Amino acid sequence: MNLFLFYLAAGIALCSTVMALTRANAAHALIYLIVSLLAIAVLFFFLGAPFAAALEIVIYAGAIMVLFVFVIMMLNLGRDSQQQEQAMLDFSHWWLPGILAAILLIEVLYVLLSIPTESAVRSVMPKEVGLSLFGPYVLGVELASMLLLAGLVGAYHLGHHFLPRNRGRRD
Amino acid sequence: MGATVIPVEHVLILAGLLFVIGLFGLMLRRNIIFMLMALEVMLNSAALAFIAAGARWGQPDGQVIFMFILAIAAAEVSVGLGLVLQMRRQLRSLDMNEAVRLRG
Repeated sequence: MNLFLFYLAAGIALCSTVMALTRANAAHALIYLIVSLLAIAVLFFFLGAPFAAALEIVIYAGAIMVLFVFVIMMLNLGRDSQQQEQAMLDFSHWWLPGILAAILLIEVLYVLLSIPTESAVRSVMPKEVGLSLFGPYVLGVELASMLLLAGLVGAYHLGHHFLPRNRGRRD
Repeated sequence: MGATVIPVEHVLILAGLLFVIGLFGLMLRRNIIFMLMALEVMLNSAALAFIAAGARWGQPDGQVIFMFILAIAAAEVSVGLGLVLQMRRQLRSLDMNEAVRLRG
């Protein structure tokens, strides 16, 4: 039963991802992408990683997708951009990337199917993850925090023209 | 929940499929918002492969790397969306073909 649910979630993830990347309307694509992320969170749960599943929902489907929603609303894309996107989705545009992606997929499948693997899935509880994260990987945590700080500063620098001009400021 | 026998190679195949779909979307689309979404899909498929490997060996390292991928994705999206806003302001378009000239 669990195996059936696993394949169901995998199918939903695949379908919604394909739909997300072939829509002309950015808001529709975003909703499909959120469905795909939720399906992948279900997969994480079945793979014995409940903490990762929760993080996937909270941070990916929650925080990152809300950023996308904000930007799409700020840009206020009209119907003409939707028609332009529709024109870009013509067959003449996608056959070459399609062939290249299909070749890569065949290579990946060949590599994966030629290696015999076993399939005992063991749950990894959040406690072990935390001990590992702040034990051997503590340098990585520090680097990730520096990366997030750099992202914060960069996003502020790129976006501060959109803030209302504060008259009390020095400039 | 952990007692289910899920073939790990099927999860890896799924991760490969998602990665190729993301790559295909990245090559297909010229709208920068859709390109960012395709990058998210590709990062997510890599995270799925890490989680599957961590579950296969029963080690927490897969989930640790997943958290690093999460941090990278958050930083990348915040800077990328800032660039989208700048591009819209300066070029009045979201088409990547408009932004190929340096100092344009």
